[in-house]
Amino acid sequence: MIVGEQKPFEEIWNMIRQYRRVLVLGCNTCVAVCHSGGEKEAHILSEVIQIKASSTDTSIEVNHMGLVRQCENEYIDDAIHNLQTYEAILSLACGVGVNFLSQKIGSIPVLPGLNTTFYGSVEEAGVFAEMCVGCGDCILHLTGGICPIARCPKSIMNGPCGGTNNGKCEIGVDTDCAWYLIIQRMKALGILHLLEEIQPPRDWSKSFHGGPRRMFVSHVMLNKREDANK
Amino acid sequence: MKVGSNLEKVILSGSPVVTVELGPPMSADATGFIKKANLLKGFCDAVNITDCQTAIVRMSSIAGSLIVMKEGLEPVMQMTCRDRNRIAIQSDLLGASALGIRNCLCIAGDHQRFSGLGRFKGHPGAKNVYDIDTCQLVGIIKRMRDDGLQQGGDRLEVAPRLFIGASWTPTAEPLDFRPINLKKKVLSGADFIQTQGIFDIDLFKQQMQTIRAMGLHEKTAILAGIIVPRSYNMLKYMATSVPGITIPEKIIHRMLKAKESAGSDKEEIKRRQEQEGLKIAMELIHQVLEIDGVRGIHLQTISWEEVVGYIIKTCGLYPRPKIHS
Repeated sequence: MIVGEQKPFEEIWNMIRQYRRVLVLGCNTCVAVCHSGGEKEAHILSEVIQIKASSTDTSIEVNHMGLVRQCENEYIDDAIHNLQTYEAILSLACGVGVNFLSQKIGSIPVLPGLNTTFYGSVEEAGVFAEMCVGCGDCILHLTGGICPIARCPKSIMNGPCGGTNNGKCEIGVDTDCAWYLIIQRMKALGILHLLEEIQPPRDWSKSFHGGPRRMFVSHVMLNKREDANK
Repeated sequence: MKVGSNLEKVILSGSPVVTVELGPPMSADATGFIKKANLLKGFCDAVNITDCQTAIVRMSSIAGSLIVMKEGLEPVMQMTCRDRNRIAIQSDLLGASALGIRNCLCIAGDHQRFSGLGRFKGHPGAKNVYDIDTCQLVGIIKRMRDDGLQQGGDRLEVAPRLFIGASWTPTAEPLDFRPINLKKKVLSGADFIQTQGIFDIDLFKQQMQTIRAMGLHEKTAILAGIIVPRSYNMLKYMATSVPGITIPEKIIHRMLKAKESAGSDKEEIKRRQEQEGLKIAMELIHQVLEIDGVRGIHLQTISWEEVVGYIIKTCGLYPRPKIHS
């Protein structure tokens, strides 16, 4: 899922203080799971803003609500008229939600309340870990299901580098060496020999480096057109 | 002969090879760097010019290489994968070859986070590149040199002439995978290997036994890395904080004894530790050169270039072979 964390309050305050009517808009999918941007967090943040406003004699009307997702027409369409009654929307969605809503809402600014951080897992309650960067060319079958692109700070394909340090990465003891994990995992799976193969330079054009990506699912697009023609 | 560099010729001659590491300055002035380079003149077969080591901005390796060439030394230009993509790297390789640089060492490069951890501010907020890794870089240079082709497939009018090196960390975990690591670099095209600093000689011997069984010592020239320790604190720091270096307790203890034997005089404490450090380094040189499959040493003095001449002479590695083609 997509993980994000709330921006420092002062940064949020400086974004919204100039507006008189603001909606704090939660997103109840990914960022709700990581306790940063769901309706509950939107509610809490709106109250904090109100306290700040009254303690600084700033007049702002702040409301809150949540959408199932801010990245799909289906959920935005139902709420759009309500959203358009505000001077500004402080979105607690990931960057996708902020972008998408900005395109839909007309001449109302949509401000980011979160820093979108990564695609991660829930390691345990309150602990999230980056595991994928959406590089567009998955090689997890070659590395025992552990991604060197996302989890090695050098994204090397023929690791480990000289910086692996008793299972930890050279950037710090809090970071596991992805290649150390890969080797242990491939050993356990009995497929360590796969790592002897030299992996050639990658085609990064399938990743963000090839420009913003779009995906087309033709049969879904076709069905939609047929429905429209009926 | 692949490129005819002095390094390649000495390797082919069978004499033990000596390379030394030299870091370019954090300066646009090369006066001090030239002085240091001259301290190495006559005592090594080639000198490695580092590429912004520890991710600190320094004079570029390509410029540093040209400067030492003017002083009559042969450079090994280091090239990290950290700061350049395949376009910039190949461009620099063509330029380096045109300037007469004949050796290139391929390395991943220290992560930029390193740059802010020591006494410098560095650039920990920099964006790194890592478009390709070391193994891939080795393969790219080999293809450019031997096939006259760029990585993307375009033909080069004139191929670069570069003797290709790579680094190897033999004595750190995961120990059983390190030989495979080396094999991949050698099969990619590494003509020579410079290892991370060796202190644990028994462990290095074990790894070299595996390397000989794999036949890799015949396909590449392995130069054992020797770091000259200067103090107990430096050894302790390397043992705990520098990845890839394993230092046996007995070596650390030797240095501690040397430090404690000096009493309270600061100069004497420094002198005795430096003497012990030189002794340790020279013992290690003798020990690594006795190992079958080790073709020479790669000396890292960490900015203590003054001792290189003494070490090389005392170890019986002077004069350096004069090779005529």
